[in-house]
Amino acid sequence: MKKVYKIDVDCANCANKLEDTAKKFEGIEDAAVNFMTQKIHIEFKDQVSPDDVMPELRKACKKIHRGCEIYI
Amino acid sequence: MKEMSTKQRSALIRIAVSSALLLFLLILSPREQLGFLLFMIPYLIVGYDILVDAFYGVLNRQPFDECFLMSIATIGAIILGEYSEAVAVMLFYQLGEFFQSYAVGKSRKNIQELMDIRPDYANIEGESGELIQASPDELEPGTIIVIKPGEKVPIDGVIIEGSASINTCALTGESLPRDVFEGDELKSGSVNISGLLKLKTTKLFEESTASKILDLVENAGIKKSKQEKFISKFARIYTPFVCYSALALAIVPPLVSCFIYGNYDMSTWVYRALTFLVISCPCALVISVPLSFFAAIGGAGKAGILVKGSSYLETLSQVSEIVFDKTGTVTKGVFELKKIVPLEISESELLELAAHVEAFSDHPISRSIIKAYGKTPDESRIGELENIPGKGIVAKIDSEIVAVGNSALMDALGIEHEDVSEHGTLVHTAKNGKYLGYMLISDELRPNMKAAVSELKTLGIKRTHMLTGDLKSAALEVAEKAGISEVKFELLPQDKVLEIEKLMESKGKKEKIAYVGDGINDAPVLRRADVGIAMGGLGSDAAIESADIVIMDDDPMKIPLALRFSKKCIRIIYENIYFSIGIKFSFLILAAFGFTNMWYAIFADVGVMVIAVLNSLRALNVKSAKD
Repeated sequence: MKKVYKIDVDCANCANKLEDTAKKFEGIEDAAVNFMTQKIHIEFKDQVSPDDVMPELRKACKKIHRGCEIYI
Repeated sequence: MKEMSTKQRSALIRIAVSSALLLFLLILSPREQLGFLLFMIPYLIVGYDILVDAFYGVLNRQPFDECFLMSIATIGAIILGEYSEAVAVMLFYQLGEFFQSYAVGKSRKNIQELMDIRPDYANIEGESGELIQASPDELEPGTIIVIKPGEKVPIDGVIIEGSASINTCALTGESLPRDVFEGDELKSGSVNISGLLKLKTTKLFEESTASKILDLVENAGIKKSKQEKFISKFARIYTPFVCYSALALAIVPPLVSCFIYGNYDMSTWVYRALTFLVISCPCALVISVPLSFFAAIGGAGKAGILVKGSSYLETLSQVSEIVFDKTGTVTKGVFELKKIVPLEISESELLELAAHVEAFSDHPISRSIIKAYGKTPDESRIGELENIPGKGIVAKIDSEIVAVGNSALMDALGIEHEDVSEHGTLVHTAKNGKYLGYMLISDELRPNMKAAVSELKTLGIKRTHMLTGDLKSAALEVAEKAGISEVKFELLPQDKVLEIEKLMESKGKKEKIAYVGDGINDAPVLRRADVGIAMGGLGSDAAIESADIVIMDDDPMKIPLALRFSKKCIRIIYENIYFSIGIKFSFLILAAFGFTNMWYAIFADVGVMVIAVLNSLRALNVKSAKD
């Protein structure tokens, strides 16, 4: 399943880090961050519910930078 | 000022206050302890959030976080007694961040405004004739909506009452308004300039042009370009590299000197190492690449060229050969019946027979025959029907077998037929195996096609090709008129994919092939080519879905324009990459040998970023061929 979420990331490097984190995240097949449109595109693995993955990803995102946010 | 967010405004105030204080203190130059205390005021005003972020970064084990590096560099400088430099580094770092966020925010907003075709509401008439604003996504096809002057067309539809001038600029880049009348189709996203229109919607909101385009624009950028991937890889290596080098610089030379001379100068080397940290932030590079792509995609969008992602812009810049579909791309795709040459029967009888065979076909040639027939074919007369792709149709009309199609069809059926070399497409008709004559249907070259092809050549396109299912004579004539050098004719739809594959195989690795088609029956080719460009296919769903780049009107000049956008964008990106990396490494070397200080380092770091950002924004505008 593919989904798009709005994000709030101030610096382009943080956006890259977020993309790296999301790509390796459990339950996520692939991810792409578009810094300019402030969106993250996530492709979830089969039989994975975004509701289980996203809160965890959001926590990980907060660790990259305090000001980062994913709007779930 | 009012465009700034609260975050930006408070950053600017802190920068201003802190720089005023710094200037004051530099003139005053207070002594030791008092100096430390006084310099701490502007330092903390401008940098407290960086220090807090750095603290959290350490807690979360993000050692190479920019905030952390800036904090180490400035705290180190303070310990060495370089108070003013610590303040300056923090100040300029923040100034750079502010500029970046402002520039990015502004271009983001500008581009969103350019593509502002999202309709907010649709007017529907209430019971007593008053207008009610309804949410467009709730309306069924067939609803009557009213569009007042100044409003956007929310949903695709047909005008049932009124006439007006409409502006399709946001859709096609065409700035001249167009007059529309009762019976005309309207695409959502155009703006009604004058006159009241009543529209009967033909689609759902989600399936309307405006929604589709918005969807496409918002999903652009999933496929990242090579440059974007390079930069994120570079950033991953660069910061740790600089940090470890800084550490080595602080420790190794003093140790060596300690062994050899027995004495060492720790503070000089620590200072140089701290200077390293100031240049360690890769932000200039990381921001400039996506910003350039975004600006170029936005600029192209304004000109009526939709690019689905940065990787396609990159591929387009490497295109060395362009393949055109003939019908609907090189030519207008509007066919007209020019001549009827019957044998033994009358012209109208031949036309009637052919129109019935073609009754259910959507092929442009079929439509032209039906149009010339002028009446609706009587479906009850049509029996079994077989559509033979690339050849024609065989159908039972009044229980007699009628074949309508090209020479290949006649050959396949073993029917002798005439062969005329005239511009256009010959459509033969035979009944029960007996030849009844032919019709000549022709199509016009698109205006500007020749100019577009010759401009493509000046932009470095080595060869142009045209693919068509038409006969040799018709194909060669059109290709010559358009200035296209290579022609492949009498192709079946599936042959076109094979032709593209052949061309792609015979190419060098860095050379790419673009295919330009209308998406009507060449969607597989659009998908197969390195970059597929759909033209004049705004209404066709297949074109929007299969193409990588969609030209929203029919102007062939948009093809060289798209190429210009891509080339300029890629050039800017490489300029930024070489420039930023060049300056950063020069400063690393200068810093290592003590030829620079923290002031210069932070100037260089912020300066590079500002220049790279400004350079990126140039990708928004491209000169057209005429200037």
